[in-house]
Amino acid sequence: MNTIAEIRSKSLLYLEDVSVSFDGFKALNSLSFVVEPGELRAIIGPNGAGKTTMMDIITGKTRPDTGRVLFEDDIDLTKKDEADIAQLGIGRKFQKPTVFESHTVWDNLELALNRPRGVFSTLFYKLSAEDTVRIEEILDTIRLTHRRNELAANLSHGQKQWLEIGMLLAQEPKLLLVDEPVAGMTDAETAETAVLLREIAKSRSVVVVEHDMGFIRELGVKVTCLAEGSVLAEGSIDFVSNDPKVIENYLGR
Amino acid sequence: MISAFIFRALKGHILATVAVILGAAVLVPASNLLLPADHALHIPTYVMSLMGKYLCYALLALALDLVWGYCGILSLGHGAFFALGGYAMGMYLMRQIGSRGVYGNPDLPDFMIFLNWKELPWFWYGFDMFPFAMLMVLFVPGLLAFVFGWFAFRSRVNGVYLSIITQAMTYALMLAFFRNDMGFGGNNGLTDYKEIVGFSVQAGGTRAVLFALSALMLALCLLIASAIVNSKFGKVLVGVRDAESRVRFLGFRVENIKLFTFVVSAMFAGIAGALFVPQVGIINPGEFAPANSIEVVVWTAVGGRGTLIGPIIGAVLVNAGKSYFTGAFPELWLFALGGLFIAVTLFLPKGIVGTIQSGFSGRKAMKAASSAEKGRGDVTPVAQAAE
Repeated sequence: MNTIAEIRSKSLLYLEDVSVSFDGFKALNSLSFVVEPGELRAIIGPNGAGKTTMMDIITGKTRPDTGRVLFEDDIDLTKKDEADIAQLGIGRKFQKPTVFESHTVWDNLELALNRPRGVFSTLFYKLSAEDTVRIEEILDTIRLTHRRNELAANLSHGQKQWLEIGMLLAQEPKLLLVDEPVAGMTDAETAETAVLLREIAKSRSVVVVEHDMGFIRELGVKVTCLAEGSVLAEGSIDFVSNDPKVIENYLGR
Repeated sequence: MISAFIFRALKGHILATVAVILGAAVLVPASNLLLPADHALHIPTYVMSLMGKYLCYALLALALDLVWGYCGILSLGHGAFFALGGYAMGMYLMRQIGSRGVYGNPDLPDFMIFLNWKELPWFWYGFDMFPFAMLMVLFVPGLLAFVFGWFAFRSRVNGVYLSIITQAMTYALMLAFFRNDMGFGGNNGLTDYKEIVGFSVQAGGTRAVLFALSALMLALCLLIASAIVNSKFGKVLVGVRDAESRVRFLGFRVENIKLFTFVVSAMFAGIAGALFVPQVGIINPGEFAPANSIEVVVWTAVGGRGTLIGPIIGAVLVNAGKSYFTGAFPELWLFALGGLFIAVTLFLPKGIVGTIQSGFSGRKAMKAASSAEKGRGDVTPVAQAAE
């Protein structure tokens, strides 16, 4: 068995004993959770289990009351804000697709590119050949090349989800947090999204929060089940879905 | 790098607007100065000054459009920046009166003698120098916007709460400037100007130059604003307006983006105020009145926010309407203004220019859709699968 220190030093993201409460309601209750480099991880759990709160804490939107949140072993995320954390290499996809609707697909990706983000560097930014190639690559990955010049507002729901994933890719994050990527998607879109996420996870860690058990089976990865703010079970999808506590708390309902 | 920044500003409709403004900068003063008074095309001096005033308002509306139309910050206090720019100019003009005031004191403006002040307060130092005063026209509104924005944007005050505190800001300044012991002339403000850089403020030639300068500054600020909104920074601005948290999670410092825009906008407003004061001949605390700032919002909404040229058109149209109405039916003006705002909100939510633009792009989209319909046969299988 590995010691805690070993686990920590090998981890990309390390949460230990994280608790946070809102008006007396304990959204997270001494949650511990580790993501290794290059890992694709799925998180399931009933509503109110603390899935979104956990993402809020990792991305700096919410500060935990107690506990440690470390990135790459030595960066304390609880001391940083959203912009810092994004620049460190943690990307986040929201539950509801959030893209810039009055910009074209291309502009959405251009804005997301991992380039200097200061006022003056953006004022005088000029699209370089290298950036053009990168945006075209991403357009290809997210299957939106044919709609590159259209306003994001005109995309279908599924395409908006992909565009947002593409924006996260443009950010070149080391860790990608994806909140319910296939909610509201057709079956065909869901299957394609699973392929897309597996492709993305080849070069970075990805954490996916999802309710769709079929989708998680399709991903075929390690699953963590949260309930009432802490980890209920962790393991393969078959192991977790046969756990009596998981059945009682989540699947059975 | 810089050239690309400037080049981006030169969009077709912006260039056309700049050409019209510059045309007015030449033709209106020419008609006023060169044509005989009874000529059909002669523009009387008072009309020229009135038009100059509209141009200053147009610049103020442009400033508001930059923060409201592009960044989503609805400032209900932009009149404060305008008035501060105006006061900076007014202080210079007061110092130019010299010993020609009623009391004939070469060092103190009349109102200070009236209040029994013995010496010039420190914050009036330097305002006898034109370059210093012009610097203050930019610096004072810019500093206020910086300090205000620093706190407001850092504490993430947004939406209607921000609008309310901008309104409170201009109201507080109005109350402060009404006080005699502030040292800015109390409720009489600053007036009775004689000269600007050695030329009589009343002279027709000076008025013509002031008009031309107002037009030039409007054109220049329009180009700067266009360069800003067409850069990547401008796209980030629109992102902040439409999905602020997305911008934040992409790693941008939203507070700095807002702060920069707010300060630039306040400086535009300051320039507008400074050009306004010598043309109307007075600046008083009434310019800080909350209602003034709200009127700017109406002009911008009528013209079309987020279009840059819309607010210019809106400001000129609404103020021309105001001049006409307050002359012809003085008691109806406020009803007309209120009715106009309701009508625009209901029937033209994008404003005049916004409606025209979306009409154009709508037709373009329809054309594109119909041609895509025709070409459906030869769409590649890959694209079909992705759809």
